[in-house]
Amino acid sequence: MKYLAGLLTITWKDITAEFRTKEMSTSMGIFALLVMVVFGFALRPGAEETVAVFPGFAWIGFFFAGLLGLSRSFVSEKMNGAMTGLMLAPVDRSVIYFGKVAGNLLFMFVVEAVSFPLYIVLFDVPAPQRPGSLALVAFLGTLGFVAVGTFLAALAANTRTSELLLPILLFPLAVPLVIAVVSMTRAALTGDFTDTASWWRMLVVYDAVFLVVPWLLFEYLLES
Amino acid sequence: MLHATGVTKRIGGRVVLDRVDLDVVPGEAVALMGPNGAGKSTLLRALAWLSPPSSGQVTVGETRLPAASPGARSQMGVLLHHTFLYESLTGLENLVLHARLHGVADPKRAAGQWLERVGLTLFAHEPSRTYSRGMQQRLAIARTLIHRPKVLLLDEPYTGLDLDGEELLSGLIRQFRDGGGSVLMVTHDLETGAAVSDRFIVLVRGRVSGEMAAGAVSRAGLEELYRQGRAKP
Ligand SMILES: Nc1ncnc2c1ncn2[C@@H]1O[C@H](COP(=O)(O)OP(=O)(O)O)[C@@H](O)[C@H]1O
Ligand SMILES: [Mg+2]
Repeated sequence: MKYLAGLLTITWKDITAEFRTKEMSTSMGIFALLVMVVFGFALRPGAEETVAVFPGFAWIGFFFAGLLGLSRSFVSEKMNGAMTGLMLAPVDRSVIYFGKVAGNLLFMFVVEAVSFPLYIVLFDVPAPQRPGSLALVAFLGTLGFVAVGTFLAALAANTRTSELLLPILLFPLAVPLVIAVVSMTRAALTGDFTDTASWWRMLVVYDAVFLVVPWLLFEYLLES
Repeated sequence: MLHATGVTKRIGGRVVLDRVDLDVVPGEAVALMGPNGAGKSTLLRALAWLSPPSSGQVTVGETRLPAASPGARSQMGVLLHHTFLYESLTGLENLVLHARLHGVADPKRAAGQWLERVGLTLFAHEPSRTYSRGMQQRLAIARTLIHRPKVLLLDEPYTGLDLDGEELLSGLIRQFRDGGGSVLMVTHDLETGAAVSDRFIVLVRGRVSGEMAAGAVSRAGLEELYRQGRAKP
């Protein structure tokens, strides 16, 4: 109970700050739009090859936008030693991690919820056959990305080259997730789920691993 | 109360704290003095278990760290060089954040009351970014005390405060001590130190070089302890 209250307090703090500064949402939103513009030059709306590559470029947009958000995620904790202040709270220090994950997850969901329908309309892609499955895929994929990304962002925040370190660590680790989420998105768009059981399993296992590992290591990461 | 034995801290092969023993009983305020680089800040961070000691034991209240350190943390109020403030949050929001994290009942009310006590009510809804250094320090002081800790660890807490602010802080420290709290405060100012503390401990090169009762403290006496500390092998 205390754990959940602490977690929600940290998420509340991030949302309040974001509403005031709009720091993450502007960069993430602009990036998601830019992706659309860039692919708009390369792809013909409604064409067969556009529909084929659509899941891939949509997730490229989301993950890069997410990266921008994640790289800003611990900036306010670095200033004034605010992270130390959080570490003094009488709760297990993994609440800091999960509180941040919840906030980052929310920011990414907002970006996805706004840009995905926009992508669909502008590229004249047939509406998803299985919107429920699509939402589940988006949830699991985004959760995995944010789970591993938030942990790495905390790790990178303590280094001098954090802007460089985060993508270098994050993208290789995200490769299996990207493959699974793109395949599953294609399946949810077309309604053809043959041979996707292993992708579901992969998504769930990935999420579980990258929520448990930071949970165990986060306190250790903070202490020096 | 605060109790430490044999606290040792090695950073990159160098011994920054060397078997420090320390006791602050309830209702006692202790001033920690020593030359720059003596290890005073490192000691406070080790006692707060922010940068745990390489060896040694720390007990806060009834709790031995780090076994149940979340419980012990609720009994500590820690003010270091940094203010721990979020610049985009208002003064009020910063206090509500820490009150909530510490499980204070009715965080908003507590935050409002503390803003008033440190004289920041007028600026409650301004982002802390707009505060002067002294105002930020006042806010940090409120943040340190809002959860009613039993032990205070203060690192040069008078930094940036104006005359009113100094008086305010001295009053809060005395009140805290008289209410049965334990205070360990790093200071370089003999007079303010003497005004609020019962005892002085001198740390030189990571070791306790000696101590004095606040009534008997003098510049010459302190300098002698600094010299003795430096002369030790
Ligand atoms: N993170 C660190 N890395 C390397 N050296 C450190 C670190 N923190 C403290 N030190 C060293 O420990 C010594 C004591 O520092 P500090 O506790 O800040 O001194 P004081 O607060 O008494 O002025 C200094 O010599 C400092 O260089
Ligand atoms: Mg210091």
